Formats: sequence, structure tokens, C-alpha cells
Amino acid sequence: MTARFAVGDKVRVRRATPPGHVRTPSFIRGRAGTISKIIGSFANPEELAYGRPGTPEQPLYWVRFPQTELWPDYSGGAKDSAVVDVFESWLDADEEIIQ
Amino acid sequence: MRRHHDMGGQAAGPVDLTEHDHSAWEKRVDAIMRLVGDDTRKLMSVDELRRGIEELGPGAYDELNYYERWIASITNILIEKGVISIDELGRRMEDVKTRWQAQSEETS
Amino acid sequence: MTGEHGHDHSHDHGDWPYPHPKQPDLEDGPLTHHMAMTEALAELLIDKQIFSADEFRRQLELMDSKSPAEGARMVARAWINPDFKIRMLENVNAAANEMGIDAGGIPIRAVENTPDVHNVIVCTLCSCYPRMLIGLPPDWYKSRAYRSRVVRDPRAVLAEFGTAIPDDVEVRVHDSTADLRYMVLPQRPEGTEAMDEEALSALVTRDSMIGVTDLKTD
Repeated sequence: MTARFAVGDKVRVRRATPPGHVRTPSFIRGRAGTISKIIGSFANPEELAYGRPGTPEQPLYWVRFPQTELWPDYSGGAKDSAVVDVFESWLDADEEIIQ
Repeated sequence: MRRHHDMGGQAAGPVDLTEHDHSAWEKRVDAIMRLVGDDTRKLMSVDELRRGIEELGPGAYDELNYYERWIASITNILIEKGVISIDELGRRMEDVKTRWQAQSEETS
Repeated sequence: MTGEHGHDHSHDHGDWPYPHPKQPDLEDGPLTHHMAMTEALAELLIDKQIFSADEFRRQLELMDSKSPAEGARMVARAWINPDFKIRMLENVNAAANEMGIDAGGIPIRAVENTPDVHNVIVCTLCSCYPRMLIGLPPDWYKSRAYRSRVVRDPRAVLAEFGTAIPDDVEVRVHDSTADLRYMVLPQRPEGTEAMDEEALSALVTRDSMIGVTDLKTD
């Protein structure tokens, strides 16, 4: 597995709404975050869900999103965040610097 | 379009903290899934279970409880794969109901 | 048709010590459509030798043996033994094995609460949970309210569990979407320096390992 992104990279989750079984929650699609860990290589759930072997495996990352990026009206602590497991195919490099 | 099960961030009421012990049949659903999905059998994956639950549709998602969704999904997928047939399942469910009825009458 | 039950196999099914299955859950009220489906499916899979009645019984026993106590033992060990904590944060399943605990095949990751970060676990898409370590999830973990709101307004949800996290502490919500599971390594309560591992493990609750509570000493 060659991971395209490194820890600390700014990424943006692709904005897409395909039909079928997808493990990228809608609340992070189109949102910018930071790679906080490369978790490893995992079988692709979008294939496994249809009885196929899930190959090729894909890099899976922890992407950390400031809550204020996800919810502009977020009223909790300024440092609060969400960390979501995201497969590489759902991520693009993000040019913008987010905090 | 956001799919029904994809609920992170949606509005909802307070969390109901009531606990319940899992009933015997719920544990049996769980055990069936674990067995058909384990490394020796690999008849269906947990991903297929989830896909099957999502495909039950929004109505079923709200009307059925958690393990009802599981058994509905497991059963549909095992039918799709030809592990069981609709015919034998329908007949066996009637058997189960008949036996239940007989035992209920004995004990009442 | 043979006999009153319409089939003539004589083996038993699962944990029933009868030639024919006992009713699945008589004490729980009427047999529902889905209960009948469950029993019928289990019988058919046993008849087809997909699994044996014995394997079915053992599987039920295995899940019954899982409880938050095993996770609690690991947390207490991590509090006392810094080397173990490092190994646990690397690989919960392997650290569990060291203690004779089988945490199953799906990787579990521990996320550590510190004075600066409070972690809380959710699965917004379904209800992934470290069940092979701490047992089946509570109903609220699977509920629409928890799954919807804890990523949007975690502090309000924590407040419903009686948990208040200071504003300068990062509340970090982990949405478990892939084939790995999360558990929280809670902070050790103050005033517990004299306690041994066993006494400490008794302090560790299920909810603290999901991150909806902390373990402040009263």
C-alpha cells in the first residue's frame, strides 16, 4: 500500500452522492480536514458490500475536522473536533490552510 | 441525496438512556450473523449485512427494531446467495409458529 | 408431513435441550414475525450443516461471556503499567491477548483521554462497537438520537449523561466508519494512587470506555 497522503496533510472529502453502500458519512463530504493518522490498508467496503473481495485494498486515514468546519454555528469548545475513518478514494488534496 | 441511515448531524430528541437486557432471540440473531460471517464460512460479510439493512428502506428502518433489521437483512442476503430458498424458509416459519402455538396452549 | 411438527429431524437446535426447539423467548410475549424468521433460519442453517447446533450454542456462550469487565481490566492495567499502556494504544487486540482476553479479529484502537482531550465514540452510519471486548452495545448507542446528535452537539449529549467537559478541553468525537473499533482509555480518577489493579478495574464503567462519562472521584 502506498499512501498518497501523509500525517498533517490538508485534505478535502469529495462531494459526491453515489447510490449504494458507502462508508463516508454525508456530514463530512465537501469538508476540509487534516490527516491525523494513516491507519493502514483495508478492503474496500463499497465492494465487500456486494459480495466481492474488496480488492484492491485502500489506504484508510483518520481525518480530523474542526467542529467549526463541519457546523459553522457550532457552539461548543473552540478546539472541539471530529475524527472520521476515511478511505483514500474519498479524499482530495486541499489547497486551503485550515487552522 | 443523503441516505436514511446516514444520520450524523441530523436533528433528533434527547438520548433515551433506558437499558434493556438483550433477549434470547436477539442474541440468536447476533450468533447467526457471527457464524455465517466468520472466517471458516464467509457466507456473507458485515458489509453485506449493512447494505442489506440500508436497502430495507427508510420505512423499515424506522418501523423495525435493531435485530429485526439484522435478521431481515441476513435472510434476504442468504436467499440472494442461494443458501436458503424462499420456499423452505416460508414453510419452516409456519412450522415454528405452529410449534409455538402448541406450546403456548400447553403452558397456559 | 411427518408428525405434529411437519418435519422429522431428531437433532436439537442450538441451546435447546429438547428434540425440537423450545420456544425462543416465551417470557417475552408473542412470537413475532421476525422471531419466527430467526428460529426458522437457525434451524435451516443447522439442517444444512452450515453450522452445527453445538457451534451455535458455543457462539451464544461466547457473546454471553463478553462484558465491560474485560475492557475495565485492561484500562486498570494501563493506568498502573505505562509500558502496557503504550502497547495497548498500539494494538488493543494484542494487549488483550497478553491478559488472556480474546478481543476478536477486528482491530480495536484505544484513544486516550488526557487533561487536554476528551474522546467520545459513535458510529453514525450503523452501530459499530467494540463488542468483542466489552459486550453488546446499549440501546442508546444504537439510537437515532445518539448517532445523529453526538457529532453535531457532543457537549449537549454528554450533558445528558451528566458529563461536563471544560470548554478549554478538546471534545474529540470519533466516528467509527471502517472495519476497526474504538474504545476510550479514560483518565485515572484522582485519589486512587493507593488502589491496586483489581480495585481500579472496579471503577471503570462501560460508559467511560465509550467516552460519554468520565471517572471523576466524588
